[in-house]
Amino acid sequence: MSELAIETKGLNYHFGNQKVVDELSLQVPRGSIYGFLGPNGAGKTTTIKILLNLLKSPEDTVFIFGQELNHNRIASLKRMGSLVEQPAIYGHLTGKENLYNRCILLGVNRSRALDMLQLVGLSQAADKKASAYSLGMKQRLGIALALLSDPELLLLDEPTNGLDPNGIIEIRNLMVELTTKHHKTILVSSHLLAEIERTATHLGIINKGKLLFQGRIEGLQELNKPTLEIEVDRLDSASAFLIERGVGATLAGNCLQLPYDSAAECARINRLLVQNGFNVSGLKQKKKDLEHLFLDITNPN
Amino acid sequence: MQALLISLRSEFYKSRKTLAFWAAILLPVLICGMIASGTYLKSEKILGMNYPPNVLWMNFAGAALGIMGSLILPFYVIFMAFSVNNIEHKNDTWKTLFSQPLNKFSIYSAKYLYAVLLIFICLALFLLLTYGSGHLLHLLNPRLRFNEFSPWELLSRVYSRLFLASMGILSLQFFISLVWADFLKPMGLGFIGLIAGLIAASKGWEYAYTIPYSHPAMALSMRKPGPIVIFTQEIYSSLIYALVFFIIGYFIVAKKSIK
Repeated sequence: MSELAIETKGLNYHFGNQKVVDELSLQVPRGSIYGFLGPNGAGKTTTIKILLNLLKSPEDTVFIFGQELNHNRIASLKRMGSLVEQPAIYGHLTGKENLYNRCILLGVNRSRALDMLQLVGLSQAADKKASAYSLGMKQRLGIALALLSDPELLLLDEPTNGLDPNGIIEIRNLMVELTTKHHKTILVSSHLLAEIERTATHLGIINKGKLLFQGRIEGLQELNKPTLEIEVDRLDSASAFLIERGVGATLAGNCLQLPYDSAAECARINRLLVQNGFNVSGLKQKKKDLEHLFLDITNPN
Repeated sequence: MQALLISLRSEFYKSRKTLAFWAAILLPVLICGMIASGTYLKSEKILGMNYPPNVLWMNFAGAALGIMGSLILPFYVIFMAFSVNNIEHKNDTWKTLFSQPLNKFSIYSAKYLYAVLLIFICLALFLLLTYGSGHLLHLLNPRLRFNEFSPWELLSRVYSRLFLASMGILSLQFFISLVWADFLKPMGLGFIGLIAGLIAASKGWEYAYTIPYSHPAMALSMRKPGPIVIFTQEIYSSLIYALVFFIIGYFIVAKKSIK
């Protein structure tokens, strides 16, 4: 049994001449909440559509629970629930009827639809036409539709779009509950790291179709090299002095910034500056927050 | 096969509140109801003509058939082909439909079959209501001798021809409605096609059978005396159009999700 719920191997996809997915090798472990991050237009939705076989992938590049997708389309889709872009809902039907219609397609008992409405907090609005739903309510209905078949794997494309802060927290809690209590695997895409860093166990960062980072969320922190900020007088001369001695320092506002190496190195630089007549008023080790790190990864310039 | 039935059930479920579905029932009920009411109210005038029962039936059934075959049926087919596809275009649900664990061809075929079934229901109701209302008129006014001649075989053959003749338009319009998501193109093209088809059929153009929109009107015209033959040139032509555009439509649908 494959330990990976989703695996893509060197996946490429073109829209005409434009390469939208470039050598993508996703590895989504079972039971994880995999945050699929990237700016708008990075290729997230295209990748999700490929995973759902809405866009055809080259053979032997996409595997769902270890099975090649093109040859096992129906079997793979049976194990997946999805919410892609805006929720696709029939506006002339009520929320409950939208779920009943899906029950027909999936061969699921209707009582499950009522449970899902309760789960996403739409029981009160169950008999209201879906066209009269707010964006947040439509999003909840979309999630209810995705969960209807009790799938092992959920693909959620920006599921918190249009939700208020309470709604966002609810979805976050729901995702955690689904993975911890019900052992589901969730791939959730977003363009905001802050939105999923609290829930995701794994991250994949994509930009211009390329996977720039993949691994446990702690691994992202390891990429985050600390810097040393030195508050010192005569910044320009201090900078020139350090460069002369082989320490690459740059000006950053009213202090000097250089890569942090070790506590001993930090003390040595301090001693060097003080012994040569510079007044050091502060030494600080700094780490970027994850959001800035994400921005740096996706936009190195 | 199971996927086809599941998809078909879903089509009925989600379309049961739409005009396309209700029109299949309302059109025959309203038209047959109006013709029967008119016949009842004008029964004295009709009795004055002293028609034999078979002519009485032809006049009565012909009123619904004439307006149906030339205008209402083609319009209904054009509108329904639009409506069945528009439900997915409008709600942007093609992608959801094709991400269900169901065979893509079954999903598409169920949509097409649903449209075919609605046309069948509509025409079957026309047949039953025409037949039933004739007998009801006899019960209300026994001097209207609808009971003395049975038009059942003749009418069922004519309605069968109409049904088969509408398949070509259905497939063509189904294809057009799949390609274009808006209202104007499928309806506009259908309207132009219908006018061209009616002109070609009414002028007796020898190649009118090549225009699908001519087929219903041609199916109604009785060119030879004697029993009505169901399978004629225009019916074969309609079925060939139906098959060809049904297959092309599938390829359009299969590519549809690439957006």
